[in-house]
Order: sequence, then structure tokens, then C-alpha cells
Amino acid sequence: MQMWIKGGRVLDPEEFDGPADILVEDGRIARVQPAGQGNEADFPPDAEVIDARDLLVVPGLVDMHVHLRQPGYEYKETIETGTRAAAAGGFTAVCCMPNTSPVNDSESVTRFILQEAGRLGYARVYPVGAVSVGLEGRQLAEFGDLKAAGAVGVSDDGQPVSDAQLMRRALEYARGIGICVISHCEEMALAGGAMNEGAVSTRLGLAGIPNAAESIMVMRDIALSELTSTPVHIAHVSTRQSVEAIRAAKAASIAVTAETAPHYFTLTHEAVNAYDTHAKMNPPLRTEADRQAVIAGLADGTIDAVATDHAPHGVLDKELEFDQAANGIIGLETALSLGLRLVEAGHLSLRQLVSAMSKNPARIIKKTCGLVPGLPADITLIDLSARYTYHAADGYSKARNTPFDGWQFKGRARYTIVGGQKVFDSQNHANL
Amino acid sequence: MQWTKKDVLDIESLSVDEIEFIFETAFGLKEISERPIKKVPTLRGQTIVLLFLEPSTRTRVSFDIAAKRLSADSIAIAAASSSIVKGETLIDTAKNLQAMKPDILVVRHSSAGAPHLLARNLDISVVNAGDGMHAHPTQALLDMMTVKENKGRIDGLKVSIIGDIAHSRVARSNIAGFTKMGARVSVAGPPTMMPAGIEQLGAYVAPDMDAAVSEADVIILLRIQKERQRRFLFPTEREYAASYGLNAARLRRIKPDALILHPGPINRGVEIAPEAADGPHSVILDQVTNGVALRMALFYLLAGGVRDANVD
Repeated sequence: MQMWIKGGRVLDPEEFDGPADILVEDGRIARVQPAGQGNEADFPPDAEVIDARDLLVVPGLVDMHVHLRQPGYEYKETIETGTRAAAAGGFTAVCCMPNTSPVNDSESVTRFILQEAGRLGYARVYPVGAVSVGLEGRQLAEFGDLKAAGAVGVSDDGQPVSDAQLMRRALEYARGIGICVISHCEEMALAGGAMNEGAVSTRLGLAGIPNAAESIMVMRDIALSELTSTPVHIAHVSTRQSVEAIRAAKAASIAVTAETAPHYFTLTHEAVNAYDTHAKMNPPLRTEADRQAVIAGLADGTIDAVATDHAPHGVLDKELEFDQAANGIIGLETALSLGLRLVEAGHLSLRQLVSAMSKNPARIIKKTCGLVPGLPADITLIDLSARYTYHAADGYSKARNTPFDGWQFKGRARYTIVGGQKVFDSQNHANL
Repeated sequence: MQWTKKDVLDIESLSVDEIEFIFETAFGLKEISERPIKKVPTLRGQTIVLLFLEPSTRTRVSFDIAAKRLSADSIAIAAASSSIVKGETLIDTAKNLQAMKPDILVVRHSSAGAPHLLARNLDISVVNAGDGMHAHPTQALLDMMTVKENKGRIDGLKVSIIGDIAHSRVARSNIAGFTKMGARVSVAGPPTMMPAGIEQLGAYVAPDMDAAVSEADVIILLRIQKERQRRFLFPTEREYAASYGLNAARLRRIKPDALILHPGPINRGVEIAPEAADGPHSVILDQVTNGVALRMALFYLLAGGVRDANVD
């Protein structure tokens, strides 16, 4: 089976930017042919043609931080609904966090996830295993087994690794195994609130979480990365102080990488307004100064990746008293559009955004990603001018917990292609 | 003026005119509690549910008496006897209560915003009787009513609120209320008890205790909760009393016509010395008396006032 992606603007941030045709053969990129070189006769006449005129053709987007909820919380999301949401958002690969039930701290859970994802085929799924058995922070999980089964990283996401010695040993041990360590940074003694600590939490009478609850742990993990000469990846950066600490660490050649989520560069704690639990997440939405710092961090490369922290919840997790409601929002189907707002506003170049949503996260988890002959044909085609209103109820995710319901956007995924197979077509939902 | 609000959730959502209207109504109803037969038939046939999911005696009794003086049927539900302990959600509990056709639901809850969640999901009136650290609008209204009764006005007064501002819904509602009615509100207390961005609510942070005490026309003291010691907010009650309590020495420096308020229950010898609680400046028991009238006024306005006015 061959596919001819014809007439688009092809953008691989590290390889190529310009009008070109792409030939896909046997699930891999066979050729990238710039416009004006060669001729149409070079392409097989019976190939499936994807009309990419007016579309941007980029390496398949990679979301290195999602919660697919399966096994255990299928009422919130399943691997099927989550990967379909990923495809609809332009993502060809997602990393799923281990806080399922049972926790993914074992080869068997990892294999189950991979089998289910492989059977469905909507997106590649790269499991992230637990740092500690049961996410309990007491004993290292079997990184070797996890890696052998297909896990790309380890994290106790949702829970910080509070014990500094455990984190140190996790980094050292991970270096031997060759698996990426992702850190959810939160100093629990300072956390425990329901939203960002500031004027809004004071007005609403909600216990606050100060910026320092995050940045203290970011600084610890940077120190441990230096101590162990092992890379560490900081998940969901939300504060100015974290951005500054990571910037300084990178300047000192410490092997730290970082991600942020679209809500941290889009919203502030003001969104909590009248106890809207769709604005409740951990880390919490911060102030405008933090939002600006996160954008600046993306712009200067301090923050490597945009990852959604897609956190589906059922109505019964969210229609509660604010301090009782679950943390997190869904994000797979809005991330690209929210990222494109940064490009539209002039904060990021298109090239930077594409890097932060494909090449950079792929590099952190040591996966190939690019529009280069020989690589798997994971490709996202983006319609930059498409205007639409996002309705969570029409989405593929099983969950509806998003503060972006009803937002109007410009720019979205037009086609998503995984391994040479079209898994999403924004104008033809039924037949895929 | 006509009352149009369905709910009373916080001070912020009331207008100056509405607050004045509540006071006017409350002052009018106050006399009923002085009668030999302390009951009028105004709200006969109305049902008022008091859903108190956090311990309270004074506020619950005050609402209950207010309902009964107006001949409404009131029923109080406490946390231990509610279905919440059986795992029912707050919305489900409230919808079940609503299905029994009460007219007003008064709710106290340990979670900030819980009354707002109920108000969004119910058709009946919701009155906030205290939600977490967020708001206690009836307390602020009765505090303001007491000040207005004693001073003749609120506009232009200097009000000092002293104590654990960070964890106090009374402080938040009083800052909002007194500021809205034209007073200048200062707050004082140890920095561990001062929340981030308090100035953005319209309060001034007093430079020190002596300034907060000596310049004030109205001094509102907040209860110091002993269990906060465990959360490192202050070392001992002894040191708190010396540093931030309204003790005998500070009492001598207050204005001759200053009022002392406390939402109760008081810790004698901690945030307030007995001389201050029992002396001529204290209006602490007036607050409690006015609380009944104020809550009668809210019930009257929410359940009956407009309808009666229209009929007449």
C-alpha cells in the first residue's frame, strides 16, 4: 500500500521546510520530494493520494504525558477512546502514565497496554512505568522488566517521589537500564491546597498551593540529575521559578528537560472563578506572570515539550465541592489549537511549536520522529486556517472535563497518519 | 424596593441597596423577639431545611429560631445523621431534600463554594450559613447591622479585623461587606495568618497591633482555633494573647466610643480579655440578638416578602 501526500508545505523542523510531496510505502516514508524536483511520473499511479494543498505536513505529534485510565478506570477513559482522541488532536503517539489500577509497575500491565493499543491502532502508545512499586515511594519498580516489555520511561506521576534518596537511586538505576525518568515535582508539605495560592484563593476561601511547592522539587531534581549525571525530565512546569531553575540548569549543562501543558500557557488562576472544577488541576493554574514565564520558557527552549497531561474524569469526579473534586482536564483534542494560538500571537514560530510537539518529546523518550526516508510514516497534516468551535460533547474522549468547551479556534489537525494508515480525517469521521 | 435574589451566597453578590433593605427589614422584625408571644404567622406553610454538614450550635439555633418566630416549619439536619456519611454526593442529598418541596435550604459546609454548587443545581433558595474559609454572609450582615444600630452609620468608619484572617470566612465576608458599605477595613494578625493578596479584597494590612486597635471605630476579633497550633501558625496561646490579643493594656488605648465585636465562641484570655468581652465597648451579645432578626429578615425576603407585597 502506497500513499502520496501531495502538494503540502512539508515542515520537519530539523530537516526541511518547503513545498514537497511525500511518498509512503509499507508504512514508512519512502521519499520526500521537494516541489520542482522530479515529476509526477515518479509517483506510483495507484497510490492513495492525500491532497495536502493548503495543509502543513509535519512529523506526527507526540504527547509525552497522558492518562488513558485503562486498566481500572474505564469509566473515565479507555485506551480506545483515549487514542482516538489523540488521533483527532493530531497526535500519532502518546505516553501513558502509570497511575492506573493496577498501577503500571510491572511487565504484565505494560504488555496489556501495548497489546490493546496495537490491536486498535489509532495511535502509538508508549507506556510509562512507575518509579516505585504501587507509586508508594518505598521500593524501586523493576525498570529492567518495564523497559523490556516496552515502557519508555518511569514516573510516579500524580505522586511526587518525596524521598530524595529514592529519587537519586531511581536516576542512577535508570541510567543503567537506559530508561527516561519523568518527575512530578511537588513538595507535599507545602501542597495540599485546592488551587494556586494568591489573590483568587484568598477571595474564594480555598487553601492555596504556593509556587514553591513545585520549584523546590524542581531544584532538588536538578541537583540530583547533576549528582548522578543522569537526565531528568520535569513534568508539567507551571511556575516562573521552575522555568528559571531549569534555564539556569541548562546553562550549566545539566541534563534536564521539561514539558508544560497548554493550560499553563493559556489560562491563569482567574479561571477558577466561581468554583469551576474544570479549572482544577495539579499543579494548579497560576498567575499571569507565571503564564508569561512559561511562554518565555517555550520560546527560548528552556521548556522542551508541550504535553497535555490529558486527565479524563467522569462527571461524578468533577461535579463535587471544589476541594473534593478530582484534579485534571482532558487536553488531547485541544492542544494543537491552543499551541497555534501562541504562534498566531507571535510568541513561537511554527517551527518551534512543531518541535515542541513532535521532535523534542520524541527525543526525550528516545523514539525516532521525522519526515525522513526510512522512518515510520507517522505524519500529521494541519489545516492552519480552519476555524471551528470546540465542543467537548462531540469529542472522542470519553470525558468532558475541559475549561475550553465552546472556545473558538483557528487551526487543527486535518489528517493524522500512523504507520502509513490514515487514522483521522477531520471531514470524514465515520469511515475510519 | 423589591427583593429579587433567589439565593444569598456571599456578600459580593449583594448590592448596597439590597443590604440596606435587609437591615431595614431586620430592624422592623427585631421587635417580634421582644413580645410575650414571640411568633407571627408570616411564613406559615413554608418549609426551611437547615443542612448543617459542619458542626455549629449558635448559627444553627439562630436560623432555627428565626424560622420558628415567622411560623415556618424548620428541620435541621446534621452531618452525622445525613446520607453524606453513607456516600451520597452533596448534589444528590440536596436534590432529595428539594423533592420534599421545602422553600429554603440553609447550608453550612466545610468546602468553600458548596452553597454555590447547590444554588446552581437547585430551584429553591439557598442561604449560605458558612462555607469553608470562603464566606459567612449572615454573620457579616448581622455584624454590620449591629454597628449600624450602635453607630447610626457604617460609611466612613474605621474597622479593624484582628486574628486568623487566612482561615476565616467571617473576615472575608466582613471585609467585603464593610468595604461595600463605605467603611475602611484594616486587618491585623501574625503574618502566618495573613493570606496572599488580601489587599486585593479591599483591606489594608495594619502596620502593627497598636495602630489596628487605637485608630479603630470598630474592632472585630476572630476566634483563635487551638488546632491551628499544630499547623505551625503560632507557638502558644500565651504568646498569641500577648502579641495579638485585645488585652487590658490595649483596651485602655482604644477610642472611647469604639465597639468590640466577636463572632463567637470566644476564647477568654486568648484573643479577648474578659474586661474587653464584658466591658462597655462590647456588643458581642447584641450581635447574637441581631442575628435572629437578620435571619428572619432574609427568610421573609426570600420566601414571603415579595409575594405579600404584591398581593397587597
